[in-house]
Order: sequence, then C-alpha cells, then structure tokens
Amino acid sequence: MIPLSWYLIVAAAIFCIGIYGVLARKNAVGILMGIELMLNAVILNLVAFWRYLTPSLIGGQAFAVIVFAVAASEAAVGLALIISIYRRHSTVVADEINMLKW
Amino acid sequence: MTTDLIIFLGLGFVALATAISMLASRNAIYSALFLVMNFITVAVLYLLLNAAFIALVQVTVYAGAIMVLFLFVIMLLGAEHVEASPGLPWQGPVAVLLGLILAGEFGLLLFGREGTLAQDLQTAVEGFGSPASVGLELFRNYLIPFEITSVLLLVAMVGAIVLTRRERKESR
Repeated sequence: MIPLSWYLIVAAAIFCIGIYGVLARKNAVGILMGIELMLNAVILNLVAFWRYLTPSLIGGQAFAVIVFAVAASEAAVGLALIISIYRRHSTVVADEINMLKW
Repeated sequence: MTTDLIIFLGLGFVALATAISMLASRNAIYSALFLVMNFITVAVLYLLLNAAFIALVQVTVYAGAIMVLFLFVIMLLGAEHVEASPGLPWQGPVAVLLGLILAGEFGLLLFGREGTLAQDLQTAVEGFGSPASVGLELFRNYLIPFEITSVLLLVAMVGAIVLTRRERKESR
C-alpha cells in the first residue's frame, strides 16, 4: 500500500526542481518550462489528495481540470509575450530584457 | 499491492530523473523533450490514482498541445543555445539555496505530521473516477466555473493573437 505522503514527496521534489529552474535559467522559454513543471506538481498533489482524502467527491478531478485550463492559457500568453519581446529586442535572455529598469 | 509499489517507485524515479535532466541539458530542445517525458510519467501516476480522465488530459493538453507550442517557439526563435551571460554570477547559488530552503520546509511539513498523511487507500468500486462521472460533475455542480474557464481560454487566445500581431506602422 502506497501512503499518501509518498505522492506528496514526489510532487514536492518536482516542485522544488521547477522552482530551481525558474530561478536559475537565463532563457525565458526555460523559465516558462520551469513554471509548467511546478503547475504539474500542483495538479499531482490535487489528484493525490482527492484519491486519498475525499474519494467520494469527484469535485477534486473537476478542480484539476480547471487548473489544466489555467496552465494552458498561461503557456499561450507567456509564449506570445516572449515572441513579442523577441520581435522588438531580438533576445530571449531574461537578463537583457531590462526596459523597466530606471 | 506490491506491483503498485514497484510501479510507483519506478515512475517516481523516472519523473525525478527527467525533471533533473531537463534542467541539466544545455539544449532547449532536449529539455523540452525531457519535459514531455516527465509529463507522460506523471500521467501514468494519475492512472495509478484511478484518475483516467486526468491522465488523458495530461497527455493531450500538456504533452501534446503545450509542449508542441514550446518546441515551435524554441525553433522559431532559434533559442536552442543560450550561452551563459556573465550578468548575474550569484544567480545560480541563490537559486540552489532558495530551492533547498523550500525543499526543507516541505520535508518539515511532510515528515513532521505523520498522522493525517499516513492515510490508507480505500478500495475502488466499479466505474470509480470514470470520465463519465467527471463530466457529470463538471456540468452539474461546476457549470459556472466551467463556463468561466471557457471565457478564460478565449481571453488567452485573443491575448496571444493581439500580442504576436505585427503592427502596421513598424513593418513599413
């Protein structure tokens, strides 16, 4: 029997790897990929909690579906922003995107 | 139940290994493909949790749509190799430090309170967590959030088109 905490440990590890990617990457596309990894860990947590704590309420899965939709729209808008920045400044390096500085 | 355990351990190992190698690979295409592998592994974890619909959505939406969009943008912009700029030398150590602090907090929470988390799994009945029940729940009890989600997707689509549109003044 797999305890609930094992799923939470896997999800927490994936979340921490994702946050390291977000903080350490210089490529803006890489930062967005780290955010996707973190959202994925969150959905894994949601499904695991639904299965172990309230399996009679199927609403846990409905919640996960809504988080999927939010993740998809976030990726679409984020990549559109990256393309727009690349058109104006021809760079995707997060260090060089400093129009708001001073 | 031992087969479940073996499957879980294998899947967890593969998920963590692909997540780490996604960060380690220098080429952005390779890291996107490792991310696809990670998403498919997590989809099998959802199957282990009796969430078949979520697993299918994970494969089609995440591993299919979102990652194809990522690969398309990486290839369009030619952003496969971004050389490490000397700009922020303290960025890597700070990222490691903050990630380890977060992992430590998670560990404290997970191992500090064994009581509620050592929950036993209840056995699944026939048709438990099936796509049909998820659909019924979505359209009965969660109709308004579902419709708001569709508006959100529409707004995201319009926003993406507006952001990437070429302005006529600049193109001339």
